Amino acid sequence: MEGFDPLFFAEVTLAGLGSGALLALTGLAFVLIYKATRVVNLAIGEMLMVGAYLFFAFAAGLGLPAWGAIPLALAGGGLLGAAIERAIIRPMLGESPIAIFMVTIGLGSVLVGLVEIVWSPNPTQLPDFIGAAPVFLGEAYVSRKIAVGFAVACLVIAGFLLAFRTWRGGVALRATAADQAAAYSCGIDVPAVFCAAWALAGVAAAAAGILVGAVGGISPTMGVFGLSALVVVIVGGLDSVAGALVGGLVVGLLEAWSGTFLGGEYKIVATFSLLLAVLVVRPYGLFGTAEIERL
Amino acid sequence: MSAPGPILDVANIEVIYNRTVQVLRGLSLAVPRGQVVALLGSNGAGKSTTLKAVSRLLEIEDGALTGGAIRFDGQDVAAFAPHALVRRGLFHVMEGRRIFEDLSVEENLTAATFARPGGRPSRGFALVYEYFPRLFERRSGLAGYLSGGEQQMLAIGRALIAEPQLILLDEPSLGLSPILVEEIFSIIARINREQGTAMLLVEQNAAVAFAVSHYAYIMETGKIVIDGPVERLMHDADVREFYLGLGAAGQGRSFRDVKHYKRRKRWLS
Ligand SMILES: Nc1ncnc2c1ncn2[C@@H]1O[C@H](COP(=O)(O)OP(=O)(O)OP(=O)(O)O)[C@@H](O)[C@H]1O
Ligand SMILES: [Mg+2]
Repeated sequence: MEGFDPLFFAEVTLAGLGSGALLALTGLAFVLIYKATRVVNLAIGEMLMVGAYLFFAFAAGLGLPAWGAIPLALAGGGLLGAAIERAIIRPMLGESPIAIFMVTIGLGSVLVGLVEIVWSPNPTQLPDFIGAAPVFLGEAYVSRKIAVGFAVACLVIAGFLLAFRTWRGGVALRATAADQAAAYSCGIDVPAVFCAAWALAGVAAAAAGILVGAVGGISPTMGVFGLSALVVVIVGGLDSVAGALVGGLVVGLLEAWSGTFLGGEYKIVATFSLLLAVLVVRPYGLFGTAEIERL
Repeated sequence: MSAPGPILDVANIEVIYNRTVQVLRGLSLAVPRGQVVALLGSNGAGKSTTLKAVSRLLEIEDGALTGGAIRFDGQDVAAFAPHALVRRGLFHVMEGRRIFEDLSVEENLTAATFARPGGRPSRGFALVYEYFPRLFERRSGLAGYLSGGEQQMLAIGRALIAEPQLILLDEPSLGLSPILVEEIFSIIARINREQGTAMLLVEQNAAVAFAVSHYAYIMETGKIVIDGPVERLMHDADVREFYLGLGAAGQGRSFRDVKHYKRRKRWLS
């Protein structure tokens, strides 16, 4: 690499952190479901995609301003999560983890199909609600959308973490994640906690979807973003919130660096090399607990 | 308004695990209101299974009640989900304490507030801290860092938050030093006396269980084999010999009885 340009490197790094925060938020949604219910939800990317389309429907379709369309899309994402839990996951309680995992794959395809029917398969742009004036950190340039995406993702994540710590329902969630039978014995309505975990994950995924869509546009296949998020949670540990956050930033940086300095085709190679390396050294992820069952 | 009769009535229940292994075979017992009843028996006799059948935590472990009936406060427990039973006043302190290790002591107590209608214990956590001052000192620390005895106190403390009518206590003496066992059991007796809480107490340590109980059942391989008021059982020659490890024994007993005795001796206090 001749002529190393520190400013350019800083800009690539900032962009990597920006997409890393979105990966972290998506990873958080995944971990929330896994921790509380032990379901590996491969439809998380599609839930994200539906969230983006809901925002599109409220903002472009109904012409609502962003401050109206965003909460509605988040609520829609939450409802979608709760509905999936009640209608599909709960009846499968007690089935093998693999069966449930396969069902979430099928669910992902169904969501893509539904969105294609309702909105068409073609990519489109979200109405702009962030603006375009560039942001400078010192001398380094960051696209405004990425900067805002990063800031908002961090705020949403912080909000979730705070809620887990301070809200009484957060205690119920963590208690259920730690020991279901003991949670029941304390009077916690465990099925309701499951439903709440899916709903919260739906909100987090929709938030990520709106941000991802704002940066890169939307299409029914944008759910592949969920694949990177899957790498994030496998690297970080399926059951670790901290792992999702660190893993998100690491994968975001790695993708940005490898994509820029090695070429776009190396992005996947780099992330999956990281994935393999972590799996060899720590099969349950950097921050995961050892008891995670193998799929 | 509570129905007359015992707070808990278990009639002739049968329990099967994984649709194949039968563990309880026609077990019956009753817990009168406000009393402590001991349920004793050797390893694997089915004591914990009995408690799980009552609190309905059995289904989580793929166990099923295939016969008989369990009435709590006059109502069939089958009509309620496990958490709903807790809210009606039946609290199960499970074997092995099962505290939430990654939560603080106070958060463990907060988790138990879900057992209260409206989510509020009438005196907050004060009642728990009165019985267990040590938990107050350690309230903001992680529960996983508590000693075994303190974890047992926390497990009982969670039950106190629920202000239940009946506590199912599964082997509170497990893994504790004799001094701690004495401390915990004297608090159990106080809770029963002062709060009027009925208890069904499962124990391996028969002597200490007798010290706090009014009535006792002894079970073997899924059935009750002996039962009676504790004063009577304490003077029963067989019980003294086989279950308390005391009393004049030996003379005139056949070898088979001796072997029998050794088999049982494993769980003597
Ligand atoms: N979840 C389960 N699945 C299958 N079998 C089980 C399960 N739990 C208990 N058993 C079996 O049921 C029998 C009774 O178990 P239980 O735990 O009720 O005994 P216990 O009297 O509480 O014994 P201990 O004093 O060792 O705690 C044992 O043979 C045990 O192996
Ligand atoms: Mg037991």
